[in-house]
Amino acid sequence: MDWQPLFLSLKLAAVSTFLLIILAAPLAYALALGRFMGKAFLEALINLPMALPPTVLGFYLLVIMGPKGFLGRFWETITGSTLVFTFQGIVVALLIYCLPFAIQPMKAAFEKIDRSMLESAYVLGLSPLATFLRVIIPNSVSGLAAAAILVFIHSIGAFGVLLMVGGSIPGETKVVSIAIYEAVESLAYREAGLMCLVLIPIGYSFLLLLNLITKRSRAWS
Amino acid sequence: MELKISVKKRLPLFELDVSFSCSQDKLLVIIGPSGAGKTTIIRMLAGLDKPDEGAITFDSETWVDTQKGIFVPPQKRQLGFVFQDYPLFPHLNVQKNVAFAAHDETCVEKLMKRFDIWHLRNRKVAMISGGERQRSAICQNLARKPRVLLLDEPFSALDAVTRKTLRTEIRQLKGELRIPIIHVTHDISEATQLGDELLPIVQGRIVPRWILQFRLKDLSFRRRAGIEDIWGQNDAYNDDLEVSSL
Repeated sequence: MDWQPLFLSLKLAAVSTFLLIILAAPLAYALALGRFMGKAFLEALINLPMALPPTVLGFYLLVIMGPKGFLGRFWETITGSTLVFTFQGIVVALLIYCLPFAIQPMKAAFEKIDRSMLESAYVLGLSPLATFLRVIIPNSVSGLAAAAILVFIHSIGAFGVLLMVGGSIPGETKVVSIAIYEAVESLAYREAGLMCLVLIPIGYSFLLLLNLITKRSRAWS
Repeated sequence: MELKISVKKRLPLFELDVSFSCSQDKLLVIIGPSGAGKTTIIRMLAGLDKPDEGAITFDSETWVDTQKGIFVPPQKRQLGFVFQDYPLFPHLNVQKNVAFAAHDETCVEKLMKRFDIWHLRNRKVAMISGGERQRSAICQNLARKPRVLLLDEPFSALDAVTRKTLRTEIRQLKGELRIPIIHVTHDISEATQLGDELLPIVQGRIVPRWILQFRLKDLSFRRRAGIEDIWGQNDAYNDDLEVSSL
């Protein structure tokens, strides 16, 4: 069996999860505790990937990330290479596709934080950024872990959006979900079955981890 | 060191309109029924709420001046604020909570021993009692070396015995700190026991002290008659009232 697609999927999931947690945390904070105009519109826009078929999202991403799209042109200006059908391209696509799965648990965790705890931090001299790093983040560990696990699992399972933006280039964009699809198409059921079997314990152990973290967090508070 | 406040703020049911000052060495008690605007006043002093108009000054510093558009955020006022619901940080143990904003780490142990919580230093906040949490919150604020100490009904959620002990501790502390202390309560006996000055507030206005005295006499009468309601509401109050101290 060719293990490369599985390793590529794990690499893609790890990179996407790491980037998304960093990028989504301030956004989730703004949505949870900020007061600004157009908040409801922004939240609906962020959640849109959940409501669209992945192929629809993939199609629009292909358009904007392509050589004539604004994101594709911008990328090309900076790096000198194209964005679509590359590993970097599928990372960007996953960041958008998985954004709601990162935002929702984090936002819920931030909303649960006692406002008077934040006010206490301000009175004790902490800036909003220091309060975020020293009070909000440590008290939202379960939400952050839930977001990371959900993003990781969704990244491994992503198919339609990756196929549209990345195609199936071995070692570059051919992740495990695409490899399974291609194996089934070519009637290589044994190979497809083995790859599917490997994904089950991965998904199960991550969900188990999520449950343990949630339980610990409850006992802690 | 003198804290001066003269502010107006529109609240849902009435307009808060108060002017008063509190000097160094003084413990001023703002007393009034629930919903009178006491907490709003103390929150404005802390910089957690903004007045619609008015000014707040501390010595030569202007913290708020609505006419000049000045508003100093809570971070820069360097004051202590002990909240009613003791919001300590649950991810830290008691010692780290006390040391959270401490200017000088060496004072942490001293303060914790002074307030008899040193033996709890390694416990998480969830593992200590309400009284111990409030002691930790007081230590946390004192470790910051505040220039003003604000106490917002700090004993209201505690049992009678703990409340009495903490009152005594605050009273002792007042002599040591030499900073303006403002204490908010709706408990008459707490106010009379702690306060150097009383500031009765009803419906957002400072009422003359004779009204408070009249109410206390009225309470004395009511209690003898079995009616226990000083503000005309179902407010809780303490049972060790000292009318004579007014």
